[in-house]
Amino acid sequence: MTVPVRTLFFAAYRDRLGVSELSVDVPENSTVADLVAELRGRGAPWDLLPEEPAIAVNRTYAFLDEPLSEGDEVAFIPPVAGG
Amino acid sequence: MIHSAITVDPISPNDVLGRVGSDEDGAVLLFLGVVRNHADARPVSGMRYDSYQEMAAEVLAAIATEAADRANSDRIAVVHRIGELQIGEVSVAIAVSSPHRAEVYEASRYVIEEIKKRLPVWKKEHYSDGASTWVKGTVPPVESDPDGIDSTASLGKDSKGVQA
Repeated sequence: MTVPVRTLFFAAYRDRLGVSELSVDVPENSTVADLVAELRGRGAPWDLLPEEPAIAVNRTYAFLDEPLSEGDEVAFIPPVAGG
Repeated sequence: MIHSAITVDPISPNDVLGRVGSDEDGAVLLFLGVVRNHADARPVSGMRYDSYQEMAAEVLAAIATEAADRANSDRIAVVHRIGELQIGEVSVAIAVSSPHRAEVYEASRYVIEEIKKRLPVWKKEHYSDGASTWVKGTVPPVESDPDGIDSTASLGKDSKGVQA
């Protein structure tokens, strides 16, 4: 049984991957870390993502062990440079 | 009143300044972040700002509220621009007013430092030789969890850089 989550990529990550948004089906009870491992396991260019990227789940910074639910918005946040 | 916004439109410092101030305030402070013409020794011709706009709006509002607590004042306004900016254009404006000066300096400094730590905004420098690069940023901290075990923790290993 899998559930879809919506992944978002910004700035340098978006440039590296050539994609800004992707729906990913993850097994139920997956964590953020599981999702990152699944994407990195797809090989190039996905393995360019860091092993432990900063992640926001539903627009809040999240730990890698945070569990995911159906429809979550999971954003891969490159190091920020506002101001 | 606390005001925060992410905008694609040019920032009017006077408009931001006009959002703060009251008869009880003896101190009004305006900070502008401006696109400069060099990065270290390399000539820069412009800057592109990208954002995770929905989250950036929420984070900026949270930063403004936290700063208001520090200033002991609800007169604070912060606007961050995104899109393509030219040299000399304002990328961020922060206005604070309070009865006394110490609080406005503290609150204004707090806002810009927190923006650099955790606002999901990125900038790409365009150099005069035609090349462009994403500016090395700061890995944002994760808020403390409800159990209070990890007060702060940083995720991510691919950045060491801190942008002035």
